[in-house]
Amino acid sequence: MAKLLTPLNQAALKAEDFSKIERENKEISVRYDRGFFHHVKKALGENKIAAVCLVILCVIITGALMAPLSSVDPDYMDVMNKMAGPSREHWFGTDELGRDSFTRALYGSRVSLLVGFATMVVSVTAGTCVGAVSGYAGGKTDMILMRIVDMFQSVPSLLMIIVIFSFVPNNMVTLVLMLALFSWTGVARIVRAQTLTLKERDFVIAAKTLGVSHVKIILKHIIPNMTTQIIVAASLSIAGAILDESALSYLGYGVALPKASWGSMLQNAQQYILYDPLLALIPGMFILLTVLCFNILGDALQYALDPRLHK
Amino acid sequence: MKKFVLRRFAQMIFVWILVSIFSFSIVYFAPGDPLYIYMTPGATGHKMTDEELDRMRESLGLNGNVVEQYMSWAGKAARGNLGISINNKRPVLDQILEKLPCTAGLMGASLVLSLVLAIPLGLIAGTHKNKLADNIISGLTYLGISVPAFWLGIMMIIVFSMTFKLLPGSGMRTIGVNSAWDVIQHGIMPALVLSLNNMAVFVRYIRSNTIVQLEEEYVLTAVSKGAGKKRIMYGHVLKNCMLPVITSVGSRLGTLVTGSFIIESVFAWPGLGTLGMSAINNRDYPMIMGITMFSCTMLLLGNFLADILYGFADPRIKQGKE
Amino acid sequence: MEKFLEVKNLRVSYHSYAGEVQSVRGVSFSIDAGQSVAIVGESGCGKSVTAKTIMGLIQTPPGEIKEGSQILFEGRDILSQTPEQWQEYRGKDCAIIFQDALAALNPTMTIGNQVAEKLLIHTSMSRAEAWEEAGRLLKLVGIPNPEKRMKQYPHEFSGGQRQRIMIAIALACQPRLLIADEPTTALDVTIQADIIDLLKDIQKEFGMAVIMITHDLGIVANIAKKIIVMYAGKVVETGSSQDIFYRPRHPYTKALLRAVPRLDTEEEQSLESIEGTPPNMIDPPAGCAFSTRCAQCMRICQKSEPPMFEFEDGHTAQCWLYHPMAAQGNEE
Repeated sequence: MAKLLTPLNQAALKAEDFSKIERENKEISVRYDRGFFHHVKKALGENKIAAVCLVILCVIITGALMAPLSSVDPDYMDVMNKMAGPSREHWFGTDELGRDSFTRALYGSRVSLLVGFATMVVSVTAGTCVGAVSGYAGGKTDMILMRIVDMFQSVPSLLMIIVIFSFVPNNMVTLVLMLALFSWTGVARIVRAQTLTLKERDFVIAAKTLGVSHVKIILKHIIPNMTTQIIVAASLSIAGAILDESALSYLGYGVALPKASWGSMLQNAQQYILYDPLLALIPGMFILLTVLCFNILGDALQYALDPRLHK
Repeated sequence: MKKFVLRRFAQMIFVWILVSIFSFSIVYFAPGDPLYIYMTPGATGHKMTDEELDRMRESLGLNGNVVEQYMSWAGKAARGNLGISINNKRPVLDQILEKLPCTAGLMGASLVLSLVLAIPLGLIAGTHKNKLADNIISGLTYLGISVPAFWLGIMMIIVFSMTFKLLPGSGMRTIGVNSAWDVIQHGIMPALVLSLNNMAVFVRYIRSNTIVQLEEEYVLTAVSKGAGKKRIMYGHVLKNCMLPVITSVGSRLGTLVTGSFIIESVFAWPGLGTLGMSAINNRDYPMIMGITMFSCTMLLLGNFLADILYGFADPRIKQGKE
Repeated sequence: MEKFLEVKNLRVSYHSYAGEVQSVRGVSFSIDAGQSVAIVGESGCGKSVTAKTIMGLIQTPPGEIKEGSQILFEGRDILSQTPEQWQEYRGKDCAIIFQDALAALNPTMTIGNQVAEKLLIHTSMSRAEAWEEAGRLLKLVGIPNPEKRMKQYPHEFSGGQRQRIMIAIALACQPRLLIADEPTTALDVTIQADIIDLLKDIQKEFGMAVIMITHDLGIVANIAKKIIVMYAGKVVETGSSQDIFYRPRHPYTKALLRAVPRLDTEEEQSLESIEGTPPNMIDPPAGCAFSTRCAQCMRICQKSEPPMFEFEDGHTAQCWLYHPMAAQGNEE
């Protein structure tokens, strides 16, 4: 008979311990796959900087939405206080016409953020469509669509936008369309790459063999499976659009005055930077802060939603 | 490899044609007769006769329908004839080539600067993932990709040129001074500002590449051979994570061109960007087309070369597998 | 007598997003010099982690080798080695072959350099000598025309050839211990047999100890003298291949054997799968880990850790069924 090698306290063992147990067939399953918001919340909890960015963005967006509630008129000229430094009346001082810089920056954020969001919506939508079609169709369609993407990425976008603005009326809608025209390509590339891997997956092949239409496969099976990448691209694309808009405004081809964005405030300020550097500092800091927050949040989202990290 | 090169070349030509059609049509639809300024006695003080105007149209290829105009323009452009600037009646190509060294010098300096700093920083960040050095470097890259370059330029002019008077804030040369050192002094700020965005992108790219490569199994094989940290880093990981950087440099050339347009305008750098801006303000369409096509060609060539270089460096592509 | 390799109470954990995964929970076994041993178990049972720990390939963090674990290689505790001692030990004393040879070879380095590299690290050979020796090794493992093929890159070889190259790298410097971590899992069945034969040949020729990690009992039958069966981070049964194949004692080993197709029996036998899934290693069950799937589970199995019983010389199993008190109710 078998020899016991492990020291045991034989006295403590009871006979009933050795009775066979009847097994209940209970399925014990552990769910690791939690929802989108769970991961976002967890990531923000761990990544304090991203959480701070979210708060800052909320403050800026609230400020932009609430701006009309302020009693200060952004166009009111305090003639006695031109280019004044910060004071209790004018938190960030005044500009060359005596307008309150803080209020103007608040109103500027309305334009900049609106342009940023709208451009993101247009370019992400267009990029997703083209990228998904290109990746899914493959072959000649893919080749031609990708060369068009190449084309948009190799023309000097700013120069082209400025030329187009010489014959297209310059307003918010056209500005957004122009910015989107030259920024959808990045999203298209990401979506195409994702589509290429997804279309080889079994559930897509299964849907195909079941006779599901191509449009339905793209809309129901492919795009929903890359929401992560699209959300991240959207966050980064807002940041890019705000930067592009500011550069365009700075060159004098942004939204027409008197509706000032941060970029046009900067352009305006350039003439006076010698006398009042604060005029240039404030809108620039607003751009930097907003773009920084979107970029950091985008990365945090990417990290939070990456399934490889939740193993 | 030969097939790979040929295919990339064909793609490049195709994109080049698309670009030319795209930019030609935009300029074509731009309103106003480009010869408008010659019809009225303006600054030149000379009113052209109808006959002269016709000849001018002919020489600019402005007769016929869109397709004919495009074909005539493209045919000339392919032979290096980008037409005559309406503004000062000098050949466009000559003027571009005149300004090219300034812009190319600025872009080259900033590209070199961004790579020279990005490679060590990216490697340090990647090998010290989530440690202090990585956090500092990664934090700085966020600033690099988020800061509006033109604004940073303005701020630097305020600080270094106006307040401390350390560096000249505009132009490329001090009038009356003709030395390389003078040009370098003028170029430091624009090159630095222009390089920041790309530098940040390269650092992030190299960092994530390093992290991915360090987790590859061949690193485990090297460790189990008894290789030390240095050997693993320089003998194995470095080559594998620097290879894709070659293509990423190619893909960043577009940002470099657009960036240089803005930076030139901030620092009044007399390059292609400044030339382009004045061409737009003067509705000098041959010049606009010329600059667009010239920068696109440079960009496409740069991309093509980067891909070929990558193909030569990576044995998997070199032997025709992709 | 001093054992060649002795693993004592090895415990390794991984810190993951979901919590601490206890991959290896107190594994002990020993190997004689020149002996070939197989560690068998399902994926996730800790066999690979054990192998990597012997090789010193556990990254800390996220991995953690718990206090009290000991691995004695020729009497010296390798877990307390300095990084320099580790480098000296890896490759020279001990070598490893991985499952996926394509991933395990550097894609941008020629095969010749990858083999020669190890010789350059551990010997005083010149580059030319190392290159020549690498060619000899490649020929030994059955790469035809090595002079030419040494200048090629991993993607130019077939899967079986790549695994042969891995073996050539392992053989360089003639280590006394070779760990083969699922060396044939990624290969076609016909090539599997070739690789196993090659491993057998070199084991005989060089007299090195081989630890074969696999989930496939079928392939260990003709290479391993000793078999260690692991389940949920623990050793459940150890014995000679005769013991394990003909006199299995642990219910898990028996279940594993019923899942292997056999050609050596006359009687009709149906293949059986093992019901259920291995336990969650973040929160492993108390008592015997196999109790959740064991058909002969008793109350005590769910409460306390089973003791170890010895059946023949060197044949041990950890199971309550062999306790005298259990024998009454569970006659076989």
